[in-house]
Amino acid sequence: MSQSRIAARFTEAGNRKLLVPYITAGDPDLGVTLALMHTLVKAGADVIELGIPFSDPMADGPVIQAACERALKNNVTLVQVMETVKQFRETDDHTAVVLMGYMNPVEILGYAKFAALAADAGVDGVLTVDLPPEEAGELVAELRSHNLDSIFLLSPTTPDSRLREVCDKASGYIYYVSLKGVTGAANLDTAEVASKVEHIKSISQIPVAVGFGIRDAASAAAISETADAIVVGSVLVALVGEHGQDPDTLHEKMFDTVNGMRTAMDQAGVSA
Amino acid sequence: MNTATESFDGQITQQYPDKKGHFGVYGGSFIAETLMDPVTELQEAYERYRLDNEFIAEFEWELKNFVGRPNPLYHARRWSTELGGAQIWLKREDLNHTGAHKINNTVGQALLARRMGKKRIIAETGAGQHGVATATVCARWGMECIVYMGEEDIVRQAPNVFRMKLLGATVVPVTSGSRTLKDALNEAMRDWVGNVDDTFYIIGTAAGPHPYPTMVRDFNSVIGKEIKEQSLEHTGRLPDAVVACVGGGSNAIGAFHPFLEDSEVALVGVEAGGDGLETGRHAAPLSAGKPGVLHGNRTYLMEDDAGQIIETHSVSAGLDYPGVGPEHAWLKDIGRVQYVAATDTEALEATHKLCRIEGIIPALESAHALAHAVKMAPSMSTDKNIVVNLSGRGDKDINTLADIEGITL
Repeated sequence: MSQSRIAARFTEAGNRKLLVPYITAGDPDLGVTLALMHTLVKAGADVIELGIPFSDPMADGPVIQAACERALKNNVTLVQVMETVKQFRETDDHTAVVLMGYMNPVEILGYAKFAALAADAGVDGVLTVDLPPEEAGELVAELRSHNLDSIFLLSPTTPDSRLREVCDKASGYIYYVSLKGVTGAANLDTAEVASKVEHIKSISQIPVAVGFGIRDAASAAAISETADAIVVGSVLVALVGEHGQDPDTLHEKMFDTVNGMRTAMDQAGVSA
Repeated sequence: MNTATESFDGQITQQYPDKKGHFGVYGGSFIAETLMDPVTELQEAYERYRLDNEFIAEFEWELKNFVGRPNPLYHARRWSTELGGAQIWLKREDLNHTGAHKINNTVGQALLARRMGKKRIIAETGAGQHGVATATVCARWGMECIVYMGEEDIVRQAPNVFRMKLLGATVVPVTSGSRTLKDALNEAMRDWVGNVDDTFYIIGTAAGPHPYPTMVRDFNSVIGKEIKEQSLEHTGRLPDAVVACVGGGSNAIGAFHPFLEDSEVALVGVEAGGDGLETGRHAAPLSAGKPGVLHGNRTYLMEDDAGQIIETHSVSAGLDYPGVGPEHAWLKDIGRVQYVAATDTEALEATHKLCRIEGIIPALESAHALAHAVKMAPSMSTDKNIVVNLSGRGDKDINTLADIEGITL
């Protein structure tokens, strides 16, 4: 089996840390999402996490809840999100794409059909927030048979006894949730995150991405000193919420925010 | 995904759920990583205390002395005569302290929270009955209480909101999504994720991640155990049918569970048919929904073809929920329980009947079960017995009833 697109991005990065922006697909519509994906790449994205809108996003804070509501006003579906990834792939074969969301849209489509459609569209990995590895056996097997990575979360509450098991089941990268809370919360403790990331890396070889609570270039740079990748979501989704009807401003602000993080992370990498 | 095909003859109550909380393909723990640890801690605590004699004794003492159990199994003679068929018996959960079965579960979970050293209690509520029952036990044991309630429901159930506040609880309005029970549950989950160290989440129905469906069932099983004893006492045998309303399904599973292996007892769960199943405006996932994953478990849901949860409709706020406990999903698939629906209109008619004929104002939720008994009884002979679980009293619904008749109180 050839190296996955996600693994390839980590391999070629060397000491450079990956930047993984998240946006909710279909917010405010899928045309905007497709254009934003290209802007994110120009600004320095290595992997894009595309949120699948869901009516009951239990692990998300108000910013991403509002994005889901905006997307669902247009009845955006998981199948349409995958079609958008396919369009993205027409001009970008390099940037990895991860679908992130909740189980029920996947459940109703059926695991086999979902995995086949995702692979055909050029998706590289899948992260379902409400699917812990203990319940994930069947879905992981389907994804693996289509060479798709299964990304799982670790959190500050994950005990050591489970940590190794979760890392073993994950592929692509492991996503460390940097705080006890929902997406977009503001109580990030950089030193604590650093020590936890080092601990995970002492147990497993899998790359560690850190997300939840990274709001600006400074926090991205600080976390990137230990993590292999930085995930940033709510800050970007808030920009879509604010400027979704004004494409020029939206793309400019999105580029500046993501590129500012990229630059700060690269500088932190040089000084380290 | 396969549906369950297990036989229910024999070992049903011993075999299910499995160690991970699966009832066939249903149940389980579909939760975000941050909650895995507190949920595991809860599973372990529950496993330990459910077999602990001191815990059981304290629970039973509270049910007797604080809740007022056992409540009667009452023979509704005038109503039975009017229906002209089977005898109707009412299990009077409405006579419990706080006026519904919900207190059975909140007492049990509060005792568990105390043993686990958790001092901050959160809960979700729809009609407000579970919120009141949670606020009550928090006052009883001096614990902080935060209740999440949809903004829509706060308007619909103003008296219960005031009751919770009187009891010292903080009621937090939920403004996301459809602003009803499912959104209150989402918001309580979000609170829990952010406060896992000191917080115990008292879920009010037999749904959610393992061990909630089992735990809520066990705490409510006192209903079915009493029905069994009281039936033997009054009639010398088990009832021919037990009928209960099903929203999330906590009163129904409590009434049904002790009878699962008594195959001669028909068990009937009655969902909220709203404007009628054919209209799509209802809250009957077992009758007209599909399996999916929501709120920590796999079960039947009201959802669209893309897997989005759809808004439900019922005159009764307590049944206005798009999911149902996973054990009900499984009992439907294996055919042990029959699930049907009663419409708003049928429930309202049954409410008025019970008020006028028996002098009892039932909760609109319970009235759905009454409405189905009305359909069953006439075709059964007069020596047959139907037990209807009267899960709550209807005082909380008088504003709704008055509104429907255009009366301002």
